[in-house]
Order: sequence, then structure tokens, then C-alpha cells
Amino acid sequence: MAKKMLDGNGAAAEALRLTRPKVVAVYPITPQSTISETMAEFVDFGKLDAEYIRVESEHSAMSACVAAGLAGVRTTTATASQGLALMNEVLSMASGLRIPMVMPVVNRGLAAPWTLQCEHGDAMNARDTGWMQFYCQNVQEIFDMILMGVKIAEDSRVLLPMMVCFDGFFLSHSMQKLEIPTQEEVDEFIGEYVAKNMYLDTEDPMFCCDLTGPEDFTEMRYQQKVGMDNATVVAAEVMDEFAAKFGRKMTQVESYLTEDADAVLVALGSMNGTIKYVVNKMRAEGKKVGMVKLTQFRPFPAALVREALKDVPVVGVFDRSSCMGNYNGPLWNETAGALTRTNVDLRHFIGGLGGRDVPAVNVERMFNELLEIKAGTRTENTEWIDLKEGAMEIRQVTKYVRD
Amino acid sequence: MLEIKDEARGLISHGVSACHGCGLEIVIRKVMDALDDDVIILIPPGCAALFSGYCKETNVKVPGYQGNLENTAASASGIRAALKAKGNDHTTVLCFCGDGATVDIGLQSLSGAFERNDKILYVCYDNEAYMNTGIQGSSSTPLFAATTTTPGGKKVRRKDLTQIAIAHNIPYVATASAHNIADLQKKVKKAREADGPALLHIYAPCPTGWRSNPAKTIEISRLAEQTGCWINFEYEDGKVTINSKVKELKPVEEYTKLQGRFKALTPEQKVALQEEVTSNYNATMKKLQFMSE
Repeated sequence: MAKKMLDGNGAAAEALRLTRPKVVAVYPITPQSTISETMAEFVDFGKLDAEYIRVESEHSAMSACVAAGLAGVRTTTATASQGLALMNEVLSMASGLRIPMVMPVVNRGLAAPWTLQCEHGDAMNARDTGWMQFYCQNVQEIFDMILMGVKIAEDSRVLLPMMVCFDGFFLSHSMQKLEIPTQEEVDEFIGEYVAKNMYLDTEDPMFCCDLTGPEDFTEMRYQQKVGMDNATVVAAEVMDEFAAKFGRKMTQVESYLTEDADAVLVALGSMNGTIKYVVNKMRAEGKKVGMVKLTQFRPFPAALVREALKDVPVVGVFDRSSCMGNYNGPLWNETAGALTRTNVDLRHFIGGLGGRDVPAVNVERMFNELLEIKAGTRTENTEWIDLKEGAMEIRQVTKYVRD
Repeated sequence: MLEIKDEARGLISHGVSACHGCGLEIVIRKVMDALDDDVIILIPPGCAALFSGYCKETNVKVPGYQGNLENTAASASGIRAALKAKGNDHTTVLCFCGDGATVDIGLQSLSGAFERNDKILYVCYDNEAYMNTGIQGSSSTPLFAATTTTPGGKKVRRKDLTQIAIAHNIPYVATASAHNIADLQKKVKKAREADGPALLHIYAPCPTGWRSNPAKTIEISRLAEQTGCWINFEYEDGKVTINSKVKELKPVEEYTKLQGRFKALTPEQKVALQEEVTSNYNATMKKLQFMSE
């Protein structure tokens, strides 16, 4: 174990290197670009024994990785935002063919309008492609989650790809002192790659992914669903094993001061650091607030979420994506499903879009609104929590449209 | 399962449900005959997916993968890289794609693989439209040909795939036709040995889409060459050899009159098509001759 200063992208690249992928196909995109550069450096300068495919698009990056996975090697890529959207068609190939790859996704919003900065809309857009999704709070978690991700994805009970999601710039470009295990320790933890999915081998010919009719399609989907279900069990085991070996424990669903709480906020990603800070501050003022941080979003750990929240009077779910036309946001929807037939008063917040910060003052405002709802002095919460005044007058899209 | 009493002699099984007179079926059988079983084949959706198979059955005896329509070349790069990482430098990575998957939606990933000099053998069987989805026009559909998305006849000329490939300076590019199997197979063998990407652009008549007599597939293929609608040549390490030896071009109408897709041509269009074919033939031959010196 050594200590190193790395930013989120550096931690992701270092973790990927230690998992010894044999084929790396990456296309640069802000704010992921330094992962594509660092992986190329590793390969060019002999720090990673792998083939680096300098693809011409994210679509080709994912295509090359899926095919390399079928040819029997551990493979990886990384992306963000528009790149993830471009990959979308091939994402379901990776999951359907049971390629157990791990891909860092550096969360950034989707155009239009163009944004380079953080929100979760890109990953939410891909949440039903059959990939696991785990979200990180800090740089050490990115590093740890990638190592654990490889072990979870490659477990024969799972065999599914995983996105390790982390907030663009807030994490990708923030330096943190990390604990980095040795290559031997990582080898011992994740083991040598053994292809267990469908394969392309001239000694044992098989045709992968031919046309399948209604007679088999449902069962093949069901097998994927079972793999997804198993991932919740496997992730718990792997997180325990990781903690025993490396001394750092991540949990799928982390509850913080929820037991006696009047109000709890649920969120994904880096903002959980801020939420925890505000919980401590408000607790010191005698306000009973708590936090539930979700690391695991796909498969959605419904039983764990239900257990964490079922007795909390008022729960606010914070979505860092706008999810147009959806009734509330994706994280709210999933949480609401998990809390079916409970008496939890479930509220929804949207904010932090397109790189807008989620400062402590906004978190405190959300908690205070939830507490007022609990006290009966307020009925509605402010859903778009960081919306500016006069929102409809700011660069209004239809203002100058001629009749 | 069926009891197999009569093993297929080649790497493609008997009894594939291709249309009568299918040019592609001839091409895939003959391409595979020129190779051996040390091949991984990639077939995107399209007519050739008949050979990928259905559910538990497949029609190819080598390992294969049916990826997406536009990513065959990128998938092939991934397989080549994985084979290299495993120390395998002998297996042929064969892409078997239609014109739509190549010149339309797949052109970007093909260009990427060419530029990276990834060693893949890329076959484009060209039936000049999206036949599997119901005869929609592609950028390989010739001028004035009727398809379901060019019902009044295509208004623009086709893309020149081989010149696009040659512009990437890859080691081997060749055209071939369903009617000249010896030439086709010689080119497959050369392409396999190329030190980098190789492109084979193979003319494959489609009686269903071209509304032609299935018995005349070979005749139409030959006429395409004899009228100058198709030119067979190869480009090897920067040098061209012209294989089409046509002393005098036959009138284009001898070719078009056998195909329903050209039935609605007006007298003016017939003249214009003849002019277009002649001028394209002359310009291409001039270019190829220049490149052969």
C-alpha cells in the first residue's frame, strides 16, 4: 500500500491499470479526456501490457471492447456525456453478451444547450441498458469501486458490465491523497481473468448474437435479470472482502444518522460529502436530520433502501438530472418504488444541473423545508431548489419566436 | 435436432434460405472456400445474417459474431487486438458486410480501422441497396435505379468505395464479381496475407431487389463488367492491376433491360445513363491506368 496524490481521472486510470486489461479502446471527451491520455501513456511507456485501440468514436470504443471481450480478454474504456449517449446502442450488446467490463463514466450533462459540466443526466439516460451503475462520493471511492467493480462484474453469478460513475470536474479534476495497493495485492483480490461469457474461439466455434426469435428471447433477458439480481448479493460480499483486505469499507446504501431522524435526504455522488457536513451542522443545532447515500443505483438495491428509509417521516430525494416528462426524477422514482406501502412522505428535489454547485446553503434549505413539512408548517417543497428568480425570462427559448 | 446425413463440404452449411439466384450466396461460399477454418467472421445485420443463423442454429462452421450494423470494422479491430494480446497472429478476422453497412452507416468505423492499419479482411458484398429490409436505396445504389426509397429512380450517382479505401493508403484493395470465381478467390487469398487492412468490394446481383430473372445472376454480373458498370481491378501496395479486359463496351441497355429496377427509365434517362456510365468508365480507367504505372 502506497499513498499518492491523484485526481479522480488519475485514480480511475490507475485502478484500471492495476486490473490489467488486455484491450483498451478509448475516445477522449471532456471531462474524461485525461483517462484516455493516461491509459495511452501506460501502454506506450510499458506500464501496462495491453493493446490500445485509438478509436475514432465512442461507438467504436464500445464496439471494440465488446468484441475483444468475446475474444476472451479483460477489456475497458471510459466516457462521459455525449460519448455515453453515442455508445448507447452498443451498451446493450455488452450487457446482452454478458461482457463483464468496467467503464468509468465521468458524469456531465447532455446538450442542448451545451454543457461541459456535471450532472447525472448522461448516466440516467443509460440506466436501462443492462449495465450496473455505482456512484462515487470521492476520489478514493472511484479507485476502490473500480477494483471492486471488476470483481463483481466478473463473478460468474453476475457476468454483467458496470459503469463506475463520478461527478465531472467535482471529482474528475479534484486532487486527493489516495491509498494505492500494490499490483500483487490487486492481482490477489480480483484474480486472473477467465472468460465465462460467450466466446470466439477457432478451436470451438460458436456464433454469438445471431437473430433470436420470441421462443428464446425472454429467457435470455431473464438470465440477465438474474445476473442483475445476484449483483446486489455479490456486491455486498465483495465490499466486505475489500474492507477485510484493504481496510476501507464502502456500502451499497449508506445510512448516516437516520435512526431518529425527522427528515432524510437521499442522493448520489459527490454532493453526499456536502450533505454529511450539513447533517453534522444541523444536528449540532438540535435538528434531527440524516442522510442516505446510494453507491449502488443499478441494480437498484430496493430492499436496502426500504430498510434504510421505511421509518423516516419525511424523505427528500435529490436528483441531479432533470428527466423531462418523468413524474419527478429517476432516483425519486426508484426510491418511491422501494417505499411502496410505507407511510414515508416522499419529496423530490432537482438541482445541480449543468455544473451548478450544490452548496451547503441549498442542502440546508432542503432539510429545513422537509422539517417544516414534518412539523406541519409547510405543505409543498421547492422542487427545483436552485432555480434562479425570473427563470422564464433568462434566455427564454420562445421569447423572440415570431408568430 | 436434425440428423446430418450429408456434411457440408465447405464452411457454409447446405440449405440456406437465400433467395433464388442470390449473388451473395455464391460470394460467401466462394470466399469461405478460399479460406480455411482459422477464421473469425463478423456479419452485421443484413442479408448475410441469414448465414449467422437463427436461434440455436448457424450456417457457418467458424466462430462468428453479429454485431451492430455500423460497427463491424471496429468490432474486428477489437478482436484483432484481443488475438494479438493472446499471442495469436494467424487467425483471419473476416468482416462480411453489405453495401449499406459499409458505404453508408459503417463508413466511419471502417475509415478508423483503415487509418489504424488494423489487420482485418473486409468484404463488402454489394447488391446495391438495403435488400434485407426491403430494397431501400443506399449510397451504392446506381443512378436511376428504382428502390423503395428511390421509387422514381435514384437521382444521384453512387459512392466509389474502392477509391475511398485507397485514399487511406491501405495495403490491399480489390474489386471482384460473382461471375469470376477464380479471380475472386485469388484476391481473397492475397487479401488475407496483406500486412494490414484489406478491402474486397464484390459485385453480388440480387434478383429479388433488382427484379431480375434468378437464372440470369451470372449473366447480369458478366454484363455489368462488359458494359462498364463495374470494373474489376486490384490495388496492391500502391500499384493497380486492371483485371477487366473489355475491348469494346456493350451498350448499357443490354445490362439494364434484364432488371426491373431500370424498367421505368425514360428515353432521355437511358441516354443520360449511357453517358454517365461511359464517362465514369473512361475517367476511372484513366485513373487506374495512371495508378498502374
